[in-house]
Amino acid sequence: MAKHTLIAYVEDVPGVLNRVASLFRRRNFNIDSLTVGGTDQPGVSRLTVVVDTTEAGARIVEANLYKLVNVLRVDDLTHKASLTRELGLVKIKVSPETRAQVLQLVEVFRARVVDVDEKTITVEVTGTPEKIAKFELIVRPYGIVEMVRTGAVSMARGHEPVSSAPPLVRTAADHHHDTSGISMSV
Amino acid sequence: MKLTGAEIIWECLQKEGVDVVFGYPGGAILPTYDAMTKYSKIHHVLVRHEQGATHMADGYARASGRVGVAIATSGPGATNMVTGIATAMMDSSPIVCITGQVGSKAIGTDAFQETDVTGVTLPITKHNYLVTKPGDIARAIREAFYIAQSGRPGPVLVDITKDAQQMTCEFDWEAAAPRLPGYRPTHRAPSSEFARAAELINSAKRPLILAGQGILKSGTTAEVLKLAKTAGIPITTTLLGIGVIPASSPFNLGMMGMHGEAWVNEAIQQADLLIALGMRFDDRVTGNLKTYALNAKKIHVDIDPTEINKNVPVDVALIGDLREVLAEIQPQVKKADHAEWWATINASRGDAAVRDIQSLPDSGHLYAAHVINDLWRLTQKRDTIVVTDVGQHQMWEAQYFRHEKPRSLITSGGLGTMGFALPAAIGAKFACPEKDVWVVVGDGGFQMTSCELATAEQEGIKVNVAIINNSFLGMVRQWQEFFYDKRYAATPMTGPDFVKLAEAYRLKGLRCNKRGDVKATVEKTLAAKETVVIDFVVEKEDSVFPMVPAGADLDKMIRRPKQDVMLESGSDKEWEMPGSTLPNVFAEAKAEAKALNGRGKAARASGPARKTPKSAKSNRR
Repeated sequence: MAKHTLIAYVEDVPGVLNRVASLFRRRNFNIDSLTVGGTDQPGVSRLTVVVDTTEAGARIVEANLYKLVNVLRVDDLTHKASLTRELGLVKIKVSPETRAQVLQLVEVFRARVVDVDEKTITVEVTGTPEKIAKFELIVRPYGIVEMVRTGAVSMARGHEPVSSAPPLVRTAADHHHDTSGISMSV
Repeated sequence: MKLTGAEIIWECLQKEGVDVVFGYPGGAILPTYDAMTKYSKIHHVLVRHEQGATHMADGYARASGRVGVAIATSGPGATNMVTGIATAMMDSSPIVCITGQVGSKAIGTDAFQETDVTGVTLPITKHNYLVTKPGDIARAIREAFYIAQSGRPGPVLVDITKDAQQMTCEFDWEAAAPRLPGYRPTHRAPSSEFARAAELINSAKRPLILAGQGILKSGTTAEVLKLAKTAGIPITTTLLGIGVIPASSPFNLGMMGMHGEAWVNEAIQQADLLIALGMRFDDRVTGNLKTYALNAKKIHVDIDPTEINKNVPVDVALIGDLREVLAEIQPQVKKADHAEWWATINASRGDAAVRDIQSLPDSGHLYAAHVINDLWRLTQKRDTIVVTDVGQHQMWEAQYFRHEKPRSLITSGGLGTMGFALPAAIGAKFACPEKDVWVVVGDGGFQMTSCELATAEQEGIKVNVAIINNSFLGMVRQWQEFFYDKRYAATPMTGPDFVKLAEAYRLKGLRCNKRGDVKATVEKTLAAKETVVIDFVVEKEDSVFPMVPAGADLDKMIRRPKQDVMLESGSDKEWEMPGSTLPNVFAEAKAEAKALNGRGKAARASGPARKTPKSAKSNRR
């Protein structure tokens, strides 16, 4: 078992997130994190799914994602050079004595203070999921009032296309071809 | 051309070549029913329960190869379809379900008869649509038909709001062509994989073809037989694969799996190569996966990539249309006869004949196996489709009715839906009015959907219903006998007088409780013009053999005892339920069952010492 990071490009239609989430539950896979957002292409959303599974399990997840009609393309970034980022907002309890220490830690983690009041400091920290987990661990002794993580988003490094999957949007002509390929005689 | 959404639905169905739909009206689908009166080319069959509509569409699809269509209203109408949709999903049957939905403004308000039907059916459809605008109806229906029948077929549901049915818009069939950028129904395996597959086939000493429903869907019976003949490979079929290879073909060994032929399961365990064609290694055909076909390399051909390595890790996967795959691989296959392998298989066949109920002396009792075998003998010269339900009768049908043609057996395999048979048979009859359609059904399953007799009567169609009536939920009773020390919890079952029930529906009812009467009863049934219901009153506590207990090793089967005391007792008296202390007639079978119930491996390793009651109990946990 290991963490696998899959990217899925999906048509931005109602219910598509439901379809993806339902798939993982139905096939008995556990989602570690799932994020969804827009891309540079109108009508296309991009999901980053982190799932804890075996290599064979990852292939099954990938095939099942492809089977969803609204899924355009799936890339597995697990064994590729890739960037992964997550954002966390952490509201930390401070006193006049500990405030300086917390600010120092914020500095070390290259995080940013986004809000301050007399009892707390709210910090925005970005980086790999591991880095955010480490930051949480370090500031926990001061007291975490509230915390939220966005879940990881990932992207392959370099300019090569990550997979040989079909292009994002095919033309109507492609479809016509597919239809003629169906055997109606069975 | 400006049309209402409801009219667009019928226009689209007509353009898709639909000649019959199975449905039930209601509030949210009323505009569509109103528009139906303008489209006389499409025949509407009024069902008695929406589950029946989906099974009829399914039966129609399986008998004809075309898409079956079911229509229902919102809420309860749509949720009643769920079982039928799930059945079609598991058995890859192309159906399109059209449901009415409350008005688009009322969605989310818990309006009368509102249910989130696309949400409910999401995991049991290949795809589904919620349509809220009349302009989107045509494309949704066109895509639904395309998705349902392409690639691995399956059910698609289109949920259409009432206002979308009522409003008008421009109908443009051409502009509504499917636009599905993410849908990939077909695949093509790389040539290197074909070379590896051919190499495995050519070097195998004990190869075996596992033939599944994919052969039927791709219409490749001849191609598969050609491959078998060229390389001398025996073939075994799955339950849904029955009929794709003629039972009379010398290459066809019979069915595999839980109630498959003993020699077939033994052959699978001894094989050095399994060539799986359009089948999915269901748990009912593999038994214990840890010990399944350990000696064999595996080639898996399937159109659905998610089936590869799902249950059984394979050595070569050829993802694609079976017709294309077979066409590419056939020229690379070398001639062989595998005489030694055939001799091994044939040797283990002999033992089965001794145990076969057909070979046992006739004690005057009526056995389901006899009924079904006689039915086959009496109908084999006619073009017959048999539709079975789920349970013991289904397995006996698979064992004792010899199917020669694809699509001559229709049964609920994957989901195992009781109540499937009668409505599916009505659907099949609409697809193939020129054929005889026989329903083989248990007394339990029949009572789940017997209301559809009224549909058959109203439509004036003839299906022949053979109820295998043992006054038990027989298969569950069998499990209770083998694995639960004969505690028959909730399996003894009464029913109506089926002859009178048929007559109440203005149909013909017959009863038969002697083997000698089977022939006359079947002949009377065939001669009748209307639907006939036959109550075959059979032995109550007969069991299906052989049986691989769930999760046990495939070749560790419970066999029919060589001396079946039941057949020789000459009296049913001592077999009456409930609670009688019966002689231990199935001692051999039960001991095997107990040992095997410890999930194969553990039981095997334990040896005879573990067969004491105490450890048998601990095994069960």
